[in-house]
Amino acid sequence: MKEMSYKEMGLLEQEYEQIIEILGRQPNYLELGIFAVMWSEHCGYKNSRPLLRNFPTEGPQVIQGPGENAGVVDIGDGQALVFKIESHNHPSAIEPYQGAATGVGGIVRDIFTMGARPIASLNSLRFGNLDDERVKQLFSGVVAGIGDYGNCLGIPTVGGEVYFNPAYQGNPLVNAMCVGLVNKEEIAYATASETGSPLMLVGARTGRDGIHGATFASEELSETSQEKRPSVQVGDPFMEKLLIEACLELIKEDLVAGMQDLGAAGLTSSIAEAASKKGRGVIVDVSWVPRRETGMIPYEIMLSESQERMLIVPREGQEGRISEIFDKWGLDATVIGEVTDDGMFKVFEGDVLVGAVPIEALTEGCPVYVREGIEPPYYREYRDFNIDDLPECDAGEALSKLLASPNIASKKWVYTQYDHQVMTNSSIVPGDADAAVLRVKGHQKGVALATDCNGRMVYLDPYQGGMMAVCEGARNLACVGARPLALTNCLNFGSPENPHIYWQMQEAIKGMSKAAKVLGTPVVSGNVSLYNETADGAIFPTPVVGMVGILKDIDQRCQMAFQDEGDLIVLLGRPREELGGSEYLFVCHGIEKGAVPELDLAEEHNLIELLVSIIEAGLVKSCHDISDGGLAATLAESSIKGSTGFNVDLDFKGIRRDKILFSEAPSRAVISLDEKDLAAVKNASVQQGIEISLLGRVGGTSMIINDQGIELVNLAVQDAAKTWGEAIECHMK
Amino acid sequence: MKFGVVVFPGSNCDADCYHVVKEVMNQQVEYIWHKENTVDGFDALILPGGFSYGDYLRTGSIARFSPIMPSVIDFADRGGLVIGICNGFQILLEAGLLPGAMLRNSSLKFICKSVYLKINRADTPFTNRLKVDHVIRIPIAHGEGNYFCDENTLQSLKDNGQILFSYCGADGEESPEFNPNGSLANIAGISNLKGNILGMMPHPERCSEEILGGRDGFYIFDSMINWLKEVGK
Repeated sequence: MKEMSYKEMGLLEQEYEQIIEILGRQPNYLELGIFAVMWSEHCGYKNSRPLLRNFPTEGPQVIQGPGENAGVVDIGDGQALVFKIESHNHPSAIEPYQGAATGVGGIVRDIFTMGARPIASLNSLRFGNLDDERVKQLFSGVVAGIGDYGNCLGIPTVGGEVYFNPAYQGNPLVNAMCVGLVNKEEIAYATASETGSPLMLVGARTGRDGIHGATFASEELSETSQEKRPSVQVGDPFMEKLLIEACLELIKEDLVAGMQDLGAAGLTSSIAEAASKKGRGVIVDVSWVPRRETGMIPYEIMLSESQERMLIVPREGQEGRISEIFDKWGLDATVIGEVTDDGMFKVFEGDVLVGAVPIEALTEGCPVYVREGIEPPYYREYRDFNIDDLPECDAGEALSKLLASPNIASKKWVYTQYDHQVMTNSSIVPGDADAAVLRVKGHQKGVALATDCNGRMVYLDPYQGGMMAVCEGARNLACVGARPLALTNCLNFGSPENPHIYWQMQEAIKGMSKAAKVLGTPVVSGNVSLYNETADGAIFPTPVVGMVGILKDIDQRCQMAFQDEGDLIVLLGRPREELGGSEYLFVCHGIEKGAVPELDLAEEHNLIELLVSIIEAGLVKSCHDISDGGLAATLAESSIKGSTGFNVDLDFKGIRRDKILFSEAPSRAVISLDEKDLAAVKNASVQQGIEISLLGRVGGTSMIINDQGIELVNLAVQDAAKTWGEAIECHMK
Repeated sequence: MKFGVVVFPGSNCDADCYHVVKEVMNQQVEYIWHKENTVDGFDALILPGGFSYGDYLRTGSIARFSPIMPSVIDFADRGGLVIGICNGFQILLEAGLLPGAMLRNSSLKFICKSVYLKINRADTPFTNRLKVDHVIRIPIAHGEGNYFCDENTLQSLKDNGQILFSYCGADGEESPEFNPNGSLANIAGISNLKGNILGMMPHPERCSEEILGGRDGFYIFDSMINWLKEVGK
């Protein structure tokens, strides 16, 4: 094996010198590798940690905030939800199928490591232009990888989002979220244990795959990235399924003092994390680690990112029972080391000490960089772009084009490849509403889940866009009748070493933090993925929000489909005219500019309260928020899902019609209701200070939009449904 | 009346079947670990969906060598009710309890969606609470549900009325358009000649409660219970 230099491992010169200072000598190759992976952005958050401190992380509902394998929130009745989102962008760019599959595997392990039964997966994906052949390959590979892995595990993939934009051409984003359900008293933490406790390694054998995966994830993608294919791990979902069942049995019987999955940086990271919690030390003998390849050196064993492995610290005297359970599931558990009290991470190969570093230096001692962000020149230029200079497109044609845009079109091609019904809890399935809803067997409550981020908006205005991502997540939950509880996020950005990118990070995190505070949805877990760029530049800053919430009464859950002929269609929120950053400008004018719509957090908060209260009261027959494609696309989607037309008359007050129809300004939703409930909904709106306007009625076989009697749009529902339903499939043929 | 749900390593619809039998049908139910070697005391067996042994090699091909399988085969030979759902169906094929084999879906993709099935017989242990030519709506979720057999076998399946469910449209029309996976003759579920073994790709346990969007699957479990009550063991 050709040895890498510290620079190739991703360390800076000053960091290398710091290591020499810590050890009082030159590190050997193994030690250098250990420092490099632990101090990578992926494991050490060295560029993002100071910014992450801005996030609100506390609240009465929070049982566990950031710092553990996943966040935990209380959902009453002695139960809690455990959840987190994580990126697998770089591996997926190189090897889409395995990259995405192992992304699912990794996040699922984070959840059951905490003792929770995984109950749902979601994913947030970004790709380049769907006309590009390589993009099609990436897209179909990623979707198949997510599907095959999650389907085999028997965890339903219930939601998520997919966007296509040239900004992601060479650097797709694959963010996977998993949600678990646990009884509060059974939550397991990564804490290790008393001196002398054995460390057991269980699951797959260790191979050479994934060495330096964490380092690879912390640098830009380049022409040589393809050579890093060995850094991509290979997944075995069957092994993971056995691990889930076996580990949950251990938890039920209260046999473990600590449990940690092996993810980024493999054994090195899991051991360091497990032992650092109480300032203890560890010894590991690599010759005891079961391997699937011969001739592996300690460096390779310690840094391997082979999948489907867990580290277990047994409760005293329970090794025997633990081995019995693993044996039942056909898994081998091997003792590979033990906890010590000298604060050192010592690696042996048989009797020979091959490496020794202070554990604290790996975790707490990771360097932290506070950088200076600089506002990029594009920001003001694009913000001041004058939309009034653009011609106005025909409303009907524009709407048809929008419905055919892969960003708005049905994602059926994607979610039919995911088993979204296994576990028999999916009460709202993908595509039917703004959020997924799961029942909790034996209870009246329901769990609602969504992921959101409009990268274009964040690019044009990171602060506003960051707020929008949080608000859209919360609003999507409210649209099904759920009260948002807390969020996890995956912060996908370019290189933090570029001051313009760092500025995007700073501003987006500031905006997200403010929104999360006002909406009362603390950040309980997350992941940072930086260096998402190629020679052509950085991706749109894409801080994806995964939001979880609770419905008091699942029988009141609300979907987006219009229901009955004659129902009233009502807009909640102000009529808005800001077109900046809209899909309309992108699709009809080829422009991604303009001032991002304003967002009033108090207004958003009130809208969410209003939606939850009227849905809980059973006053609403359909609900869909206004986002991509604006008011017109929202109406069209409710119509298509309900297989019924609508007739609305809008008062444009002389404003350009495309602005009213296609503005993606937030804090708005379109509901339909029975006429008899209008007064009650009006009352509730007045109480919350939310503007309400009657737009028209459900019915007929056409989508009709009028401007005070003048017909602007008249589309047959059947035709629109075909356009919208088959757009992505057509691209993929 | 006691149901047994056989659990292979990699089964993942075991808990769903258990839930329906216990909480929806209000019957006794127990898991049977694949390393057991008896099914004594059970009135009906469910081979659930999932990916037994990861479905590596071929779907169901390893599960059929599990220690429990001789007892399942013996139970079936003695006329016991056995239903194999999805991966369970694939295992029944591999074990030779039902004729034919599964190919990959014609789209070469995993498919999860609701489909319509036409009921071809209502005088069997699995369909006596349904009506002939009625259409039910039920989810599928599989990558290899493309049923195949040779011409003679197909003819005998037809002649002996062993094709219990066929994929169809909402109005019952059986055409290739409504065939989700390329199955021969739109076959979604078949029984053995004696009629006590059913294999079906769709998941009745996923549509036995209104909260999941429909309860057509309920009637398949209800048929089994009804038959056990009326006809006995």
